[in-house]
This record gives sequence, structure tokens and C-alpha cells, in this order.
Amino acid sequence: MRTATFVLAGLLALAVAPARADARGDAKKQVEFGIAVAQKGLWREAIYRWERATQIDPSYAAALNNLAIAYEHEGELAKARGAYEKALELEPGNALIKQNYELFREINDRATRKDNL
Amino acid sequence: MTARLAKTICSLAAVALTTACGSYSEIAIETPIRPTLDVSGFQRVFVAGFVSGGSEDVDGNLETTRLLRSQLRTKSALRVIDADSLPLQDVATEGRASDQTPPAVVKDEKDLDAYSNLFANVEYWKKIGEEYQQPLIVTGTVLFIPHQRNSIVQREDEVYDSFGRRRVVPVRTYQERKGFVLSPKFIFIDGRTGTVMHSTTAREEILYNANQATPALSSYFELMDRVIPSFLSTLSSQKIKGTRILLQ
Repeated sequence: MRTATFVLAGLLALAVAPARADARGDAKKQVEFGIAVAQKGLWREAIYRWERATQIDPSYAAALNNLAIAYEHEGELAKARGAYEKALELEPGNALIKQNYELFREINDRATRKDNL
Repeated sequence: MTARLAKTICSLAAVALTTACGSYSEIAIETPIRPTLDVSGFQRVFVAGFVSGGSEDVDGNLETTRLLRSQLRTKSALRVIDADSLPLQDVATEGRASDQTPPAVVKDEKDLDAYSNLFANVEYWKKIGEEYQQPLIVTGTVLFIPHQRNSIVQREDEVYDSFGRRRVVPVRTYQERKGFVLSPKFIFIDGRTGTVMHSTTAREEILYNANQATPALSSYFELMDRVIPSFLSTLSSQKIKGTRILLQ
């Protein structure tokens, strides 16, 4: 009985793994296309592509990082913060995401700082 | 065997590194920052002048008024009113008992506090607003004071060893430094109602070696240069340029 459970679990894992790999592969295509259009200045299209990538594969930290950058560029700072934080939750040790987030925070703090009387 | 294993690990690591390096690209972005204050109801701005004090070498009122007007002319959509700045220090003393009169010469922040009633005088600012067709009024205080501090400074010294080889070594020394502190407070008043809409403060300091003679006016402009972006972002949207890393 115990052996049967292990075998079943193993088979399930094997079945899920290619599906995950497929999702990441599809999401990666969206991310790459997003980068290409962002480099041409088409940021709205890039946002669409990176949003699609995160829908396809919600655990794709790079897509969330890129999405955060695009939101920043569009001045949607609350959305950018959310995307950066999700990306860092997924990959807390990613130095490049951390660096982007630190730069974003500098601007965000400046934008939200209000010294009212 | 171990050497072969180490070699394989090294080459795998190099491949991984190369792959990782190829999977990101730098991109330039411009982040738009919305203004803190909604000034859509105004067509004009009147930089009315400042209560200023501190160094006698710089007229904080005159220089700040002139600088802000010129910045607003080029970097804001509001039309800048060209008029003499208001004699705020005189206005503050008018009709006051002698024991309540704010000091004529402002030396420190405590002296400036005595002028706070002036900016809360709704009737006065409403009258000014009517006179200049209800603009957005910019006023406030500017304190520019000489400053001196002894601190540890790191400098690099050249040393030569017994073979005549040159080396540069960091040396930490205790040094007297002189400079200035600029503390402006910008107050934004609605010329239609005479009420304060917003106020913002800043503090910037600059220090030089004690033997370096830098004119006070140069220091003032250097410090104002740091304050101006935040002042402008109160009134008009700004774009902040930067670079970020896109990942694959």
C-alpha cells in the first residue's frame, strides 16, 4: 500500500513537471517579446506581454521584475511596488531584482514624501 | 580524479555564469512623478518673497525669489508674475506690540519661528491674492548660516618603500571644516482664499577644508541646486531618469 502511494506520487510529480516546464517556456516567450518591444519604447505592449507571462507562470520572478520596471516607467508606482515585492518573495536572493527595487524605492520615497504643515 | 572533478565543476560554473550574464539587459527608464500639489486651479504663480537671515554675504530673500522665479518660468506651466517681492519682515512687525515684534535681524531658526503668524494671516494673503489676480503664492523662510565642524577626513597620501616603489595609502586625519547650512521652508498659499495649501522644508549643508575660500554666494547656489528638484516636484510633474535590469 505504502509503495503504491510512493509510486503514485512519483507519477504525479512526473506528470506535473512537463506541464510546469511548458508554462515556463510559454511565459518565457512572452517575457522575451516584452523585452524586445520595451527596448523599442513600446512600454504598454511590454506590460501586456509581462502580465500574460505572470498569468501563465505566477512563479516567474523575472517576469514580475520586468513588469515592475514597466509600471515604474508608466508612473504606476503602487503597482510597481507590488510587482517588485512579489518578485522578491519568489527570489529573495536575486541581487538584480534587489538592486532594481532599491532604485525604485528611492524614487517612490521621494514621490510620496509630503511635509505638510 | 579530484582534479578532474574540480575542473568539471569550474567549467560548469563558468557556463552557468555566462548563461546568467546573457539573461539580463539594462534599459533606460523615465519615471514620471506627479506633483504633490494640485495647481490646476491656478494660471499664475507669485513668488512673494521670503523672510531670510543668517549670513550677511547673501541676501536670502532676493536670491531665492529670483532663483525660484527663473526656475518656474522654464519648468512649470504657470505664468510667473514679475513684481517686487513683498516687504514681509515689515509686514510682520506692523500693528504689533513691541514685546511681540519679531527680531528685525534673523540669526537662527528660533528668530524665524517668530514670523510664523505672518504666513497664517489669511486676510493679508487674501488681499495680496486679489491684488495679483488670485495666483498661487509662494513664500516662506530661508536661513543660510555659516557652519563649522571638526571631523575625521580621509585623504590619500603617496608613500615610497625602500625599493622606491610608489604606493597610495588612505590617511584619516582630524580636520577643521567650514561651510554653510541652508534651511529653506517653502509655503504655498492659495491666493483665492489666503490659506496655506502646503509647506515643505529642507536642510542641506556643505563643508570645505578650512583653508579653502569659497564665496558664500557659490555655496548658496550649490545648496539651492539640491533643493530645487523637490521644490519643483511640488508644483509640476517631473521625470526621473534611471536604468533598470530586465531579466529573462
